[in-house]
Amino acid sequence: MNIVVLVKQVPDSGAARTLGADLTVERASAGNVINEMDEYAIEEALKLKEAYGGTVTVLTMGPAHAAESIRKALAMGPDEAVHVTDEALAGSCAVNTSTVLAAALRTVNADLVLCGAESTDGRVQVMPHMLAERLGIAALTGARKLTVDGARLTVERQTDEGYEVVTAPTPAVVSVWDTINEPRYPSFKGIMAAKKKPVRTVSIADLGLTPEEPTSAVLEFSPRPPRSAGTKVVDDGAGGTQLAGYLAAGKFV
Amino acid sequence: MAEVLVVVEAGVKKVTLEMLTIARGMGDVSAVVFGDADTAKLGEYGASKVYVASDPAVRDHLVAPKATVVASLVRQVSPAAVLLASTQEGKEIAGRLAVKLDNGLLTDAVDVAADGTATQVVFAGSGTVRSRVTRGLPIVTVRANSVTPSPSAADPVVTALDVTVSDSDKLATVVERVAEPKGARPELSEASIVVSGGRGVGNAANFTLVEELADLLGGAVGASRAAVDSGFYPHQFQVGQTGKTVSPQLYVALGISGAIQHRAGMQTSKTIVAVNKDPEAPIFELADFGVVGDLFTVVPQAADEIRKR
Ligand SMILES: Cc1cc2nc3c(=O)[nH]c(=O)nc-3n(C[C@H](O)[C@H](O)[C@H](O)COP(=O)(O)OP(=O)(O)OC[C@H]3O[C@@H](n4cnc5c(N)ncnc54)[C@H](O)[C@@H]3O)c2cc1C
Ligand SMILES: Nc1ncnc2c1ncn2[C@@H]1O[C@H](COP(=O)(O)O)[C@@H](O)[C@H]1O
Repeated sequence: MNIVVLVKQVPDSGAARTLGADLTVERASAGNVINEMDEYAIEEALKLKEAYGGTVTVLTMGPAHAAESIRKALAMGPDEAVHVTDEALAGSCAVNTSTVLAAALRTVNADLVLCGAESTDGRVQVMPHMLAERLGIAALTGARKLTVDGARLTVERQTDEGYEVVTAPTPAVVSVWDTINEPRYPSFKGIMAAKKKPVRTVSIADLGLTPEEPTSAVLEFSPRPPRSAGTKVVDDGAGGTQLAGYLAAGKFV
Repeated sequence: MAEVLVVVEAGVKKVTLEMLTIARGMGDVSAVVFGDADTAKLGEYGASKVYVASDPAVRDHLVAPKATVVASLVRQVSPAAVLLASTQEGKEIAGRLAVKLDNGLLTDAVDVAADGTATQVVFAGSGTVRSRVTRGLPIVTVRANSVTPSPSAADPVVTALDVTVSDSDKLATVVERVAEPKGARPELSEASIVVSGGRGVGNAANFTLVEELADLLGGAVGASRAAVDSGFYPHQFQVGQTGKTVSPQLYVALGISGAIQHRAGMQTSKTIVAVNKDPEAPIFELADFGVVGDLFTVVPQAADEIRKR
């Protein structure tokens, strides 16, 4: 089974994030990491490879420094990577990103495309379905469990009401939630091996594409004013009563 | 005036009424419904048309048939905009629709102006942007608890949609839907009051304390990732970066430290209240009212006091 895992480099969500002067996500500064959910996708791909054989390819679209995240991903165990990078892609919108990733996916022969359910920078949750739409294949999103039976994929996904079981034939795109597995840490051997794994760098021209204007534009960015810390009381035996009083004053009770 | 399409998820949620309210400022409101429709409710909030798609493919297959239905309607009526809920499904329909129409999209909007410009929450609540679609019509997903729904009676004309769904739309088949009991509490992402428990709650049995306070306030129950990972409460109630995003009128954090990834899911709440025994807990930086104390004494006392009122 040949698997492609989509890995996006994002600004570390544990640090302050901002938009640059051009109102696109500031990606140049230090503190870029693999989008957390994508680590779960890598883990799932490696488990499937261990069970059924085949290859695992990492696919990233991002600036030159996304190469660091690609090496980190490869250190976990995938075989090779494709890095789509091009000046013209800076500030790309989701629609145009999906055009590029779909074109890159057409150059590899994947039975399964695994990705994270969402990225922490955009949180748009749209990529899996956009890719499926472009490639004419199924998208099974938000998987907390994935089983493979020959050319049939079945996932269990959580819903607001409970959960549902959804099935589709390969090839398909499957996005995973962080409940699906526990990603492995790269071993020292893995880190050394990753340095020698092939990474193919491609431009949009290599994919037969031409630059496109983004389909949406940010007009203005306002950082949220910091919340002014409110009243803090130390419980001296009446903390609960004071809490109830506060809620009553706010008409919550 | 051009139509504005509002895509309705099963059951007419609160966010649907919010979208209808926003859409009235943008054009003539038309609701798009899959399966059964509460037409009366949609009319009450100003829908002058209701399009109903009842092809069983919509029920049996994930997302793709719905996107096909909406795309074909867009081609037919050339609406001024399409609004969808910023839920997983709403965003997924929007994504496919954008590709089908070669059109931009905006997600996580908290407001949409008459000209389709949207105000979006970015970086998990640490900022907002104003944006617009620059290719095609505004396709915008709207977050729950963004505006106050206001009624405006209309008598909707109901039109059945007859859309041919392609074979490739039917690739992902739902084989089973399992409902898990969730009691009478409001839906977490739409609730106006949320009471959440963290690792400080200690164990699963103690979560009844969180539930009791939630029930007294008529709110939903949430949990931090540490509480979920420790098995205190089911994952579907997790609030934060890898859980639900909530934006209630009141958020009560019990035994939650307030890590940045937890804040990501709740910092746009209107009022934040915290109980934590550590005076240095970062949650106090954003709490409008904080009690430094043991939740096992503070919460029962508060609950008793509320019962008395
Ligand atoms: C990529 C990533 C994504 C994440 N996503 C999420 C997410 O979606 N949601 C989320 O919540 N977290 C998320 N986290 C985890 C987050 O970083 C924190 O670890 C987590 O929020 C901590 O949960 P907590 O506050 O319940 O636990 P702790 O940090 O352990 O805090 C427990 C608090 O309870 C207090 N306490 C203990 N006993 C009592 C008592 N008797 N009375 C009163 N107070 C008491 C303590 O003082 C402490 O402040 C994520 C982390 C990463 C790296
Ligand atoms: N530029 C990108 N390069 C590689 N994968 C991506 C990129 N953008 C999104 N993805 C994948 O799509 C998933 C969902 O992202 P999103 O739709 O942006 O929330 C992510 O978890 C990644 O697996």
